[in-house]
Amino acid sequence: MNLSMRWLREFVDIGEVSPREFAEAMTMSGSKVECYEQEGEKLSNVVVCKIVSIEKHPDADKLRVCMVDIGEAEPIQIVTAATNVNVGDLVPVAKDKSTLADGTKISKGKLRGVASYGMFCGLEEIGITKNDFPYADEDGVFVIQEDCKPGDDIRDAIGLNDLKVEFEITSNRPDCFSVIGLAREAAATFGKELKLHTPVVKAGNGSSDGMIDVKIENEDLCKVYAARIVKNVRVKPSPRWMRERLRAMGVRPINNIVDITNYVMLEYGQPMHAFDLRFIKDNKIRIRCAKDGETITTLDGIERTLKNTNLVIADSEKPVAIAGVMGGEYSGIMDDTTTIVFESANFAGSSVRVTAKEQGMRTDASSRFEKGLDPNSCIPALERACELVEMLDAGDILDGIIIDDRSKDNKVEIDFDADKINAFLSTDLSRDKMVEILEKIECKVCGDKIIVPTFRPDLLHFCDIAEEIARFYGYNNISSTSVNGGGKGKYSERQKFNNKVMDAMTAMGLSEIMTYSFISPKQYEKLMMPKDHILRNSLKISNPLGEDTSIMRTTALPSMLDILSKNYNNRNKQAYLFEIAKEYIPTEENQLPDEISKLICGMYGENIDYFTVKGIAEELFRTIGIKDFDIERAKDAYAYHPGRSALISVDGTMIGTIGEIHPLVCKNFELCTAYCFDFDLDTLFELYSSEHKYSPLPKFPAVSRDIAVICDEDLPVLSLEKAISKAAGKLLEEVKLFDIYQGKQIEAGKKSVAFNITLRSSDATLTDDQIKSVMKKAVAALESLGAELRS
Amino acid sequence: MKQQLEAIREKAENKLKELVDTQELEQLRVEILGKKGELTSILKQMGKLSAEERPVIGQLANEIRSYIESKIDEKKSELEQAQLLKRLENEKIDVTLPGKEFSLGNRHPLETVIDEIKEIFVGMGFEIVEGPEVESDYYNFEALNIPKDHPARDTQDTFYITDNILLRTQTSPVQVRIMEKQKPPIRILSPGRVYRSDALDATHSPLFHQIEGLVVDKGITFADLKGTLETFVKRLYGEDSVVRFRPHHFPFTEPSAEVDVQCFGCHGKGCRLCKNEGWIEILGCGMVHPKVLENCGIDPEEYSGFALGLGLERVAMRRYGVDDIRLFYENDVRFLRQFK
Repeated sequence: MNLSMRWLREFVDIGEVSPREFAEAMTMSGSKVECYEQEGEKLSNVVVCKIVSIEKHPDADKLRVCMVDIGEAEPIQIVTAATNVNVGDLVPVAKDKSTLADGTKISKGKLRGVASYGMFCGLEEIGITKNDFPYADEDGVFVIQEDCKPGDDIRDAIGLNDLKVEFEITSNRPDCFSVIGLAREAAATFGKELKLHTPVVKAGNGSSDGMIDVKIENEDLCKVYAARIVKNVRVKPSPRWMRERLRAMGVRPINNIVDITNYVMLEYGQPMHAFDLRFIKDNKIRIRCAKDGETITTLDGIERTLKNTNLVIADSEKPVAIAGVMGGEYSGIMDDTTTIVFESANFAGSSVRVTAKEQGMRTDASSRFEKGLDPNSCIPALERACELVEMLDAGDILDGIIIDDRSKDNKVEIDFDADKINAFLSTDLSRDKMVEILEKIECKVCGDKIIVPTFRPDLLHFCDIAEEIARFYGYNNISSTSVNGGGKGKYSERQKFNNKVMDAMTAMGLSEIMTYSFISPKQYEKLMMPKDHILRNSLKISNPLGEDTSIMRTTALPSMLDILSKNYNNRNKQAYLFEIAKEYIPTEENQLPDEISKLICGMYGENIDYFTVKGIAEELFRTIGIKDFDIERAKDAYAYHPGRSALISVDGTMIGTIGEIHPLVCKNFELCTAYCFDFDLDTLFELYSSEHKYSPLPKFPAVSRDIAVICDEDLPVLSLEKAISKAAGKLLEEVKLFDIYQGKQIEAGKKSVAFNITLRSSDATLTDDQIKSVMKKAVAALESLGAELRS
Repeated sequence: MKQQLEAIREKAENKLKELVDTQELEQLRVEILGKKGELTSILKQMGKLSAEERPVIGQLANEIRSYIESKIDEKKSELEQAQLLKRLENEKIDVTLPGKEFSLGNRHPLETVIDEIKEIFVGMGFEIVEGPEVESDYYNFEALNIPKDHPARDTQDTFYITDNILLRTQTSPVQVRIMEKQKPPIRILSPGRVYRSDALDATHSPLFHQIEGLVVDKGITFADLKGTLETFVKRLYGEDSVVRFRPHHFPFTEPSAEVDVQCFGCHGKGCRLCKNEGWIEILGCGMVHPKVLENCGIDPEEYSGFALGLGLERVAMRRYGVDDIRLFYENDVRFLRQFK
């Protein structure tokens, strides 16, 4: 919302305040100033001059040499190509060492050998348009028809000296989308008086009785519809003061009637509409919902198809305007318009908001209506428009307001309890001080009740009043205290667990990544997930930005593969990454999904293989207290290499998959050989044990024995290890694989596997017999698996 | 005999001076002190001496023996020392060659910032909680005093799954979920992912992170809100940070405020970093709206509270000087490893 300071000062005298001070004070009382700009800020040394003489240029047909009076002792010489200037004209001249509106610097020079001490300016060079001065020649030099004299600064001469202030208005303050609303805030902020004006309309040009018939057909969406009729309309440019104010507020001046509707909207915050009575069939105005498929061509020339949720202003036949959004083209004000209807109505914010959004046209009017306007401002705004018509001699006002008013008494009263407010804010303000603040914003205090003005729909509760008191007292004048008691101030077990997992992963050299939770459904294809796989059922975003982010992932693996691929394609030699990622598993229809937490590890690079990721998993398990796990080849897992991946479980509970990514999947992701695991973090947490119990360091020596067997090449080493552990029982300290061999001396289809076995007793040195007995059992256990002791 | 002994001493001293290695030294030791050594052979002749001479010569011989022994020992350690130095010198390496690689992984920069903020609030007695990212319209909007046709919905472009299920646009629904199931006193902090349908560019991402804070108890005041947030800002940005509270509007708090911290670049004078305002907006906050308390079954006459919310990406971008939000989600290792 732009504000003209000149206009604001009409309603409140805030005295000598610098723009910065003004911006700061308004911001701190709740009307945030985004920026401000002095009009004509960049212009310098551009003054009004009077042309004294015009001679032909001796060496150029298209140039003329002028002597101009710039209010100094001697006239100066200007060479110009302009053809629209005559002796006696007042024109802007950019003198030597001057700056134009776009920042261009002008200095004296020679044109075809004749000295020129500056340059005449057109509208553009001063930073204005023909809309600001409709009499000016758009292409030539700006011949000024204002009251000014040679030597005057051009900005003062044409009134280009307002301060424009841009505010960020929050959605709860529709009243502040107006000069009066901001003036009220400024008055309360600076402790000055707000000077409001009551419009006076003389009328007396005959009655409007029976000229139009207004009826609200949907009173939920329209509370008030008021209109006045103006005949003998005289369409012409509006006066300079009005054009100046509109310009400063960022609205283009058009003609007096249109300008008046805009002026009133800006001043009161109440959008107005004017239309030509000629085009209102049967002189009937109906405020109704559109029929599905009904069309209207709006003022911007676009034909729009309406729905039955769109409120329209219609005559007996067809819509003439989309209520609160935009008028129809054919009923607009034209040069031959003679009788107009001024409309000032109150439409429901939600309806205007939805309609404007559906039609893709947010207008100055709709953006005001959608925040919810005060039905009581319809009449004052209408009266102000008519007053301006008379002031500008733009037409003759007929007597009487035509109105259909369905608004109810919407007076809001709030209990006033000064002690409660002081306790809530931790302030110590007197009741009188509070009353003073409230009255500044036009709240009336009657005993222990506050009567809220209808233009403040945001004031409903005690806390709303507390905010008004706080912001005018000053948020920063309120003390700061700390909260005592009631706090837990600690991390939950789960948070500590996650931290431990992340510490372990980073300590092993993996870096954390963060990926989007939404993916493309194509990712499932790229993963080679079976067509009927349950994880193909994902939540779909009904209004996604694009296919790539259209479903909520049921597996975070593709997110990891994408990041590995990006790194690979960015020619990073290696990437060791992990993510604690959420997956979103649909439950029942219209229910929230399960959000499960996964630990995904992904890596590629030289010198890594399946056993690298497995080693990471094993150390992770040790870190979180999982001593034993089961692992078996994952022959059916999609996405992974069937021969080089495994399923990991603990006591029958599945943890996840680990292994090399399937070469075709790597190809799909444009990635080299990569290794991953995806573990269910929620399950790992259930298995997590943070307890650490000390076991005494051994007092007696250990014995170490090697054992080598030959067995089927498909027999997993883990089952051999487990057989040894089970056979050795309590005396076993460690069984460690130290060699696997296939080749010469070993029969095809067989392998040689060698273990180092460490035995120890905690209460005595082991005897030879004990050792022999354990080893015998171990050999027997291995033989029962079909392994033969290697001689 | 006396002269002989003195001659041996002299000879030993001279030889010791010339010796260059331990082998020669051993040779000298044998030559003089060995079983067949010069000194030993002289001592063997002691018997021939008179009773008066014997003790005198004996003493002298012993003196000379121990003198030579100690000189030899001295020389030995001297030579060994020199040999060691020589060996060590030969073992020299190019100390400028690169070290063997040990590489610690690192946390994602956003997580590092989240952790730091969590740490600050835990220190102030807050508990860390989480809530679902796929939310119902009720928790994300309705319960927070943002009914269906509320204009505030326009500013938060929402991804919908169904009419009633959406991707949360803010972490505030966690407030409601906590208040519904936990009786005051409540002091929680909830970081997490939020979603808005903004196209991805240098400053917007359809997915970003917020942190929500909530305190509810008897007698919580606006001054408590100010004090808590001032402490937070000073711990995050340094004790000398200057903070201001500016009135603002959020549907679920009243009074509401935005908190600005004085620009680090210009200290309030206005510069490019703060878009000439002198202040940088860092978070939104306010006293929990009584309607929200009521919606959660907490009596607003008995309890009051405050809530705060801040966007994390902006904090991280400012802290690390990252000028493009997309870098956080591209996860290039060359980017990640800058945050060790």
